[in-house]
Amino acid sequence: MGMTITEKIFARASGRESVRAGDIIDANIDLALMQEITTPSIYRGLKEVGAGIWDVERVVVVIDHFSPPSATWKADNVKETNQFVKDCGIKYFYPHRGIMHVVLPETGHIRPGELIVGVESHTVTHGAFGAVAIGIGATEMVYVLAKGTLWFRVPETILVRIDGKFNSSIFGKDIMLSILKELGVDGATYKALEFAGTAIGELTIDGRITLANMSVEAGAKNGIIEPDDKMTDYVREKSRMPFTVVRSDDDAKYSQTLHIDASQLTPLVACPHSPDNVKPISEVEGIHVDQAFLGTCTNGRMEDLRIAAKILKGRTIPKDTRFLIFPGSVEIYQNAIKEGIIDTFLEAGAILCNSSCGPCGGGHMGVLGDGEVCISSGSRNFRGRMGSPSAQIYLGSAATVAASAASGEMTDPRKFLGE
Amino acid sequence: MKEIVRGRIYVLGDDIDTDQIIPAQHLVLNPAIAEEKQKLGTFALSSVPSEKAGLPRGHVPFIDPQTGRSPYSILAAGKNFGCGSSREHAPIALAAAGIEVVVAEFYARIFFRNVVNGGWMIPYETPAPLVDRIETGQEGEVDLKANELRVLTTGNRFPLKPLGDILPILEAGNLFAYAKEHADLLK
Repeated sequence: MGMTITEKIFARASGRESVRAGDIIDANIDLALMQEITTPSIYRGLKEVGAGIWDVERVVVVIDHFSPPSATWKADNVKETNQFVKDCGIKYFYPHRGIMHVVLPETGHIRPGELIVGVESHTVTHGAFGAVAIGIGATEMVYVLAKGTLWFRVPETILVRIDGKFNSSIFGKDIMLSILKELGVDGATYKALEFAGTAIGELTIDGRITLANMSVEAGAKNGIIEPDDKMTDYVREKSRMPFTVVRSDDDAKYSQTLHIDASQLTPLVACPHSPDNVKPISEVEGIHVDQAFLGTCTNGRMEDLRIAAKILKGRTIPKDTRFLIFPGSVEIYQNAIKEGIIDTFLEAGAILCNSSCGPCGGGHMGVLGDGEVCISSGSRNFRGRMGSPSAQIYLGSAATVAASAASGEMTDPRKFLGE
Repeated sequence: MKEIVRGRIYVLGDDIDTDQIIPAQHLVLNPAIAEEKQKLGTFALSSVPSEKAGLPRGHVPFIDPQTGRSPYSILAAGKNFGCGSSREHAPIALAAAGIEVVVAEFYARIFFRNVVNGGWMIPYETPAPLVDRIETGQEGEVDLKANELRVLTTGNRFPLKPLGDILPILEAGNLFAYAKEHADLLK
């Protein structure tokens, strides 16, 4: 019997001919990702067990959540992360250069066929490149750093087939929200989500990343997409390192198959307080928006900034709405400056912030007051996540966020995109 | 590992996320420092909406404000317990509050791994939904040999799924203790 792409990558990483869903394996880690929230406790753990790092070539550290720090304890975390990097001779360190999951593909660290773990639940993002990428905890990362391996249970795979031609006001976010509506926040718990179908080839790299990124919102262990030429060309442009493209066998076994007809999709939003509480934007249109937030590892990329600028061009954001923009990385920020996009945002009245996670995790830089309404391009709208527990967070595509910012109320982006 | 965990039961519903278990503002507390870990416990479950806190009636505080600890040692929940972020502060806060065993229909993956690898508590899965058959405040005991939850108040007994492959890690204490017991795992 054949194997899925996820099973093949686990088989290779554990030195076996083949593995099956349900097998418990010890696998070699190709890449370990860390950020400053947990690096200090991981460093302490590493000292406690008296171990060094198994292979510094395979470790990447970023500072993105507390960038810049908004409280003394966050500054302490940044300081200790800098110390860890220095003490352990970390070679790949990206402090204050943007969000880990945006920066790493840009800098060529993410390659198809690899097994990647990160102390960050959105590590699943990198499955868009045909890798198995998994979020883990801090204790586990100490083990990975010391040993270079970790135990895994090989997951069953849910195949999500997305076929049909979607129109130009539909983005990766709308497709993923429609999948979350079907699966629910626990529909893929412990499982792999494999995205396939004719619509994938039509999606931009940025759009595919959004799919993989939000697989964790369905509880998935990993989300994965077989690389096509568009993807391998992208990776070769960024990385000189060799890689092997892995594909699912025709007779691979799936626990479930979900069919999405992309041609039927309309712009969607996830309503408070869960990413699977998904409704068409038409059902919430007109609700006043106190804060619109464009950024995050889900939708803070070039495609997102471009569509938002197209909508905001020549418009003025109402004065009782604040629009926060966090370009996902410094590279994206610079490209946006070159393209004149940043000017468009500033002229419209937006607040331009530095490349970082921003208020997505509720840390700083745009938290919500009691009862405030936010439309966010991020991935989570749990109660209290961005500030007050009585705040209402909606999730939508960059186009929906920009259209709502431009009108000061929840707005269907097709109103501005002429469809 | 104890053979029997006895104590009061606290009941929650489905999809309790890590922001409800320990809101991000408390991540300032470093679990590697004993007093701060204890402080984390005082905020455990602090963002669960009041009507869903302590089912079936809700509005039951999880933490005793006098002691800063929870009077409950067994937590019962529905589906997808611990979904959301990878923060290990979530199981640590529950453990610091006094929880020794969780029984849930199933767990979100990263939370489950954090519980096991850190050895913070015993995470049992239940073959059938339990939360509408038990009530917050009832006295119970979890028998780790028989894999059973016994509600002493009512005399009801509920089977729990055996811990399986993770049992050796929990018996050792945590992933590191397990690795030390197993020869060359940590060189």
